[in-house]
Amino acid sequence: MLTILKELWRFLRVRKKLWMAPIILIMVIFGGLLVLAQGSVVAPFIYTLF
Amino acid sequence: MYILGISAFYHDSAACLLKNGSIVAAAQEERFTRKKHDAAFPRHAINYCLSEAGVSANDIVNVVFYEKPFLKFERLLETYLAFAPRGFRSFLSAMPLWIKDKLFQKSHLLKELKQSLGTTVDWSDRLLFSEHHLSHAASAFYPSPFEKAAILTIDGVGEWTTTSLAEGLGSDIKVIKEIHFPHSLGLLYSAFTFYTGFKVNSGEYKVMGLAPYGKPVYADLIKKNLMHIAADGSFQIDMSYFDYACGLTMTNKKFEKLFGGPPRRPESELTQREMDLAASVQKVTEEVLLLLAKDIAESTTHRNLCLAGGVALNCVANGILERSNIFDNVWVQPAAGDAGGALGAALCGWHIHHSGERQITTNLDSMKGAYLGPSYSTAEVEAELLSCDAKFQTYKQDEMLQVVVEALIDNKAVGWMQGRMEFGPRSLGARSIIADPRSPLMQKKLNLKVKYRESFRPFAPSILREYVNDWFEFDGDSPYMMLVSGVSHDKRRVMNDNEESLFGIEKLNISRSDVPAITHVDYSARIQTVHVETNALYHSLISRFYEETQCPMLVNTSFNVRGEPIVCSPSDAFKCFMGTELDMLVVGSVVLRKEDQSGSSHSVYAGDYALD
Repeated sequence: MLTILKELWRFLRVRKKLWMAPIILIMVIFGGLLVLAQGSVVAPFIYTLF
Repeated sequence: MYILGISAFYHDSAACLLKNGSIVAAAQEERFTRKKHDAAFPRHAINYCLSEAGVSANDIVNVVFYEKPFLKFERLLETYLAFAPRGFRSFLSAMPLWIKDKLFQKSHLLKELKQSLGTTVDWSDRLLFSEHHLSHAASAFYPSPFEKAAILTIDGVGEWTTTSLAEGLGSDIKVIKEIHFPHSLGLLYSAFTFYTGFKVNSGEYKVMGLAPYGKPVYADLIKKNLMHIAADGSFQIDMSYFDYACGLTMTNKKFEKLFGGPPRRPESELTQREMDLAASVQKVTEEVLLLLAKDIAESTTHRNLCLAGGVALNCVANGILERSNIFDNVWVQPAAGDAGGALGAALCGWHIHHSGERQITTNLDSMKGAYLGPSYSTAEVEAELLSCDAKFQTYKQDEMLQVVVEALIDNKAVGWMQGRMEFGPRSLGARSIIADPRSPLMQKKLNLKVKYRESFRPFAPSILREYVNDWFEFDGDSPYMMLVSGVSHDKRRVMNDNEESLFGIEKLNISRSDVPAITHVDYSARIQTVHVETNALYHSLISRFYEETQCPMLVNTSFNVRGEPIVCSPSDAFKCFMGTELDMLVVGSVVLRKEDQSGSSHSVYAGDYALD
């Protein structure tokens, strides 16, 4: 996981697309929550967010 | 040095193994899993490649994936941002999938490699990525017979690129120009595939087959409204007519308004309108292809052209390009679609990453006839057929050829499975259904009783290379069925006024030449030239058929039914044989006749596969 994130950071720097970093970060967090929500443990939390 | 190339996770997963730059084996995953266009990680294909070469995972120096996942993710994200707030719903539904499949694709690949090939190797040190269109360009140039050539790759979309113009010199490929998403000739064709009621990513060749029934009455409308085409062939799509960039369909309401109605419902009746739409998008595609070819010919001064990418499977356009004489020679990669990306990726690993030497095969090319898949010995064939409860007879090869020729003359449809399976979407005489092309009823019989597919679709001829010029307006090599050309005028049958006045699908029932089963309604045929150097047995069979009939060709269609991947093993072939109205099956020198089989072996087959 950490290696992939490091590589992604390097990729964004080389491509001069660091502005994407916060968007990706938010997507990863929300995406992760959505995946977790399938297990229903955090579903109520997601529900309040939306 | 062994290098493994992989394409996966979109459609047509495949694997290819190189030994010191030479192709040892290549196969599509769908042939093993029996799921058409299977996009899963190609573990079966990889295992086959390794067993064919007799090597273990430790021997593989590099695994090269055919595209760059981060770059693709970047395109997806930027496209949604560019079109926002349009596409918000599809963005929400697709986001978790992208994070898993694209952002973390490398870890996914490493996990799959571990599962398939064992944990003894640290694959993270050996895994490389090639760009999608560079993989296509490599698959087009490196196996070609040319020392230097212009390279044109056109498809739906890779990471960003949809069209690339490059040049190949020895072992180097230099990209000259690119056209980026969302401006895509492949996606324009796919949009019309969707609009005419066929499946995107598999129905494009049906649109191509339908085009000769129509007139290109919408071509100007397309050029005036949907796209701007510049003099150098570069183009820009007006995205206000399309929904593919960030929506869930290809076309939108504005598109429907322009063409006067909603998309045709899949499997509903085909009308003249769909045929005209098909003819129109086909014509525009041909025009753009010719302009792009002219541009790259002028900018590079090369006389050879190599083609790959999904649009290069459009053999009608390829035929026009070949006859245009813009280039002296045109070579098309037989696995021009994404499956061929596995081969291209492996070749990039060898020539670009390792600076490996390029051995040019000037006689034909380095593809070994595209016969790169599994083969079965007679003992294996017999054992597998016995386990299927099949009744068969094993002949000497010479006797088998005579038995098959007699069956063909007797108007039988024969399943023909010989040697190594083909790599790419075309059957080239290793996994083919063959028949007599002189029979006026053969096209209908094969379409409706054997292939269970739409009756408008034409069949292709396999013709001895030595006689191609006697029967077609073509005198070159087309070993991979990638070019369409006209039937010679002296073999054509002139239509009477009544027949001339027929429209659309009614044209199909008219016999148009001495070989009606392979003559399309516009007198064209998708030619496969058969060469003794690459498929001696198939060459012998057709030669013997020629001796008896004076006809040096056979009908050749893929050995499958609609929606089914082409057969791979003897049991696949037997299952297809028993589920269709094929009269005879020949696997190696083992011959099976339908009337000999027991009733319990018969199966209802047509409904087993989802329609393509």
